Amino acid sequence: MTLLHDPTAETAPLVRPRAAPPASLDGKTVGLFDLGKSRSDEFLDHLEARLRAKGAVTRRFAKPTNAKPATPSILADIAGGADVVVEALAD
Amino acid sequence: METRPAPPTTRFTAVVKDDCETCQLVAPVLAEIAGAGRDLVVYWQDDGGFLGDAVPNAADRKLEHSFRLGVEAVPTVVRWEGDAEAGRVVGWHRTEWRSLTGLDGLGAELPEYQPGCGSRSVEPGVREALQVRFGDTGIRSRTVRTPPFADPVETCYDRGWTDGLPVVPPTPERILRMLEGTSRPPDEVVAQVPPEMAPCTVEKVAINAVMAGCRPEYMPVVLTALEAALEPGFTLHGVTCSTCFASSVVIVNGPVAERIGMNAGLNALGQGNRANATIGRALNLVVRNVGGGRPGEIDRATLGGPGKYTFCFAEDESDPAWEPLSVSRGARPGRSAVTLFAGDGIQGITDQRSRTPDELARSLAMALQAVGHPKLYEWAPAVLVLSPEHYAIFREAGWGRSEVVTALHERLRRPGSEVVAGAGGVPEGVPPSRAGEIVPKFREGGLLVVRAGGPAGLFSAVLAGWPGGRAYKESHPVTKEIDE
Repeated sequence: MTLLHDPTAETAPLVRPRAAPPASLDGKTVGLFDLGKSRSDEFLDHLEARLRAKGAVTRRFAKPTNAKPATPSILADIAGGADVVVEALAD
Repeated sequence: METRPAPPTTRFTAVVKDDCETCQLVAPVLAEIAGAGRDLVVYWQDDGGFLGDAVPNAADRKLEHSFRLGVEAVPTVVRWEGDAEAGRVVGWHRTEWRSLTGLDGLGAELPEYQPGCGSRSVEPGVREALQVRFGDTGIRSRTVRTPPFADPVETCYDRGWTDGLPVVPPTPERILRMLEGTSRPPDEVVAQVPPEMAPCTVEKVAINAVMAGCRPEYMPVVLTALEAALEPGFTLHGVTCSTCFASSVVIVNGPVAERIGMNAGLNALGQGNRANATIGRALNLVVRNVGGGRPGEIDRATLGGPGKYTFCFAEDESDPAWEPLSVSRGARPGRSAVTLFAGDGIQGITDQRSRTPDELARSLAMALQAVGHPKLYEWAPAVLVLSPEHYAIFREAGWGRSEVVTALHERLRRPGSEVVAGAGGVPEGVPPSRAGEIVPKFREGGLLVVRAGGPAGLFSAVLAGWPGGRAYKESHPVTKEIDE
């Protein structure tokens, strides 16, 4: 038998249930989250136009670059400012 | 010999070894101490025959007594009052031995002083083994016991700890030795490692450095490379999770490179040098094991690249006329430093005909134009690895770093009309709005020139950067001095 020491962070994932999707978007705000990839904005522009045509309320959020994760403040903005969110990339 | 009385609770413990001239020298003195009625036990590390029958002695071949007594050199004599140490002498020093034992005539025939020898308990590799066997290692990471008869290398595979190549099993002895390579405390948190933003201690770095095959003296470089990679500007999260080819390229400057035997010469970007190979690998193993950046999971590279195993080399600083990369990026001259670059693999440039600096700069610029795509400008950064024979053409014309970099930037500018999307029948390119501009290939600071390579060969190399660097303000190379 050989003793070894664990090279990992020894963390365990926290499993949380998904929020149930809304039955309809009536009265809901759809967050459109631009991850910072090339042409994300073009993609979300099209999506926003189609959602608005169906009467949905939209709100835009963005990261400055796809190279970095969303900051806690961006995530808090989204959580407080939208009922559902579309994370979008393009290229 | 005058004898001062010792309290009844006084006793003496000595540690010696046969393979020590001073221990041999003091053997009669130890007999004098025992003969004077002192309560003495002498532990010998290898062979006690030289002590004779007059000295109460016992074996310490397992070195447990030597370890518990903290013996670093022999002979060592410890005086005890009850269970408390009341003094010790190391080596032979007549006055100190007489004072310690209270025997004023002790060792009258011996010289006044003779230094001792190193204890077997502190020989290379032994101290850590004794620490594991008899002491508290202080290692806080979870202990994993390999199954009986299991190969520990296979255990590392089974637990998902490797990058695909075998790793050195991280035993406590090896981890303790690795930690000797840094003065930083094992429980110090170096940083949060993405993508899982897990806290990474110096100890975790040491464990992964063991697995990578590092020597302890590489630790300051590994720690600084990790810290540089975790500067927000390096965007390690993006580099790790990207669909692109990039990995962390570690470029080492300064005296540490020579001291730990790094390669900046023949095959500098290739295999065969332990420091080059294992420092880069240690960084990637930390990202994998601590940060959770595992391929097929959150590492989403479409094709990946061999640099994801390791990509680390030193700059050739043999010509004082050439400003080191680290100095050009703000490090102090003479200080060791690492530069972290998020780069793809190697694109070789063959130019065996250019003879003037202008010709060569034009030629190299043509090759650099392909970084990302020949029509993408202010896109990904790049490293140009300049070989000695190519560098000689610049040097003989009196060109240094500044002249080379300036000339390359100048020769890489293009009229926007030539590289806009659609020009030349190629949809890729810069936005049409830039058609009227002269566009630079690289942003300021986005072209790094490094000297490396063997003496023969009119070849240089381009390391294309990660496209995340197109947002240069957010994602860019990072240089950090090594705290030695």
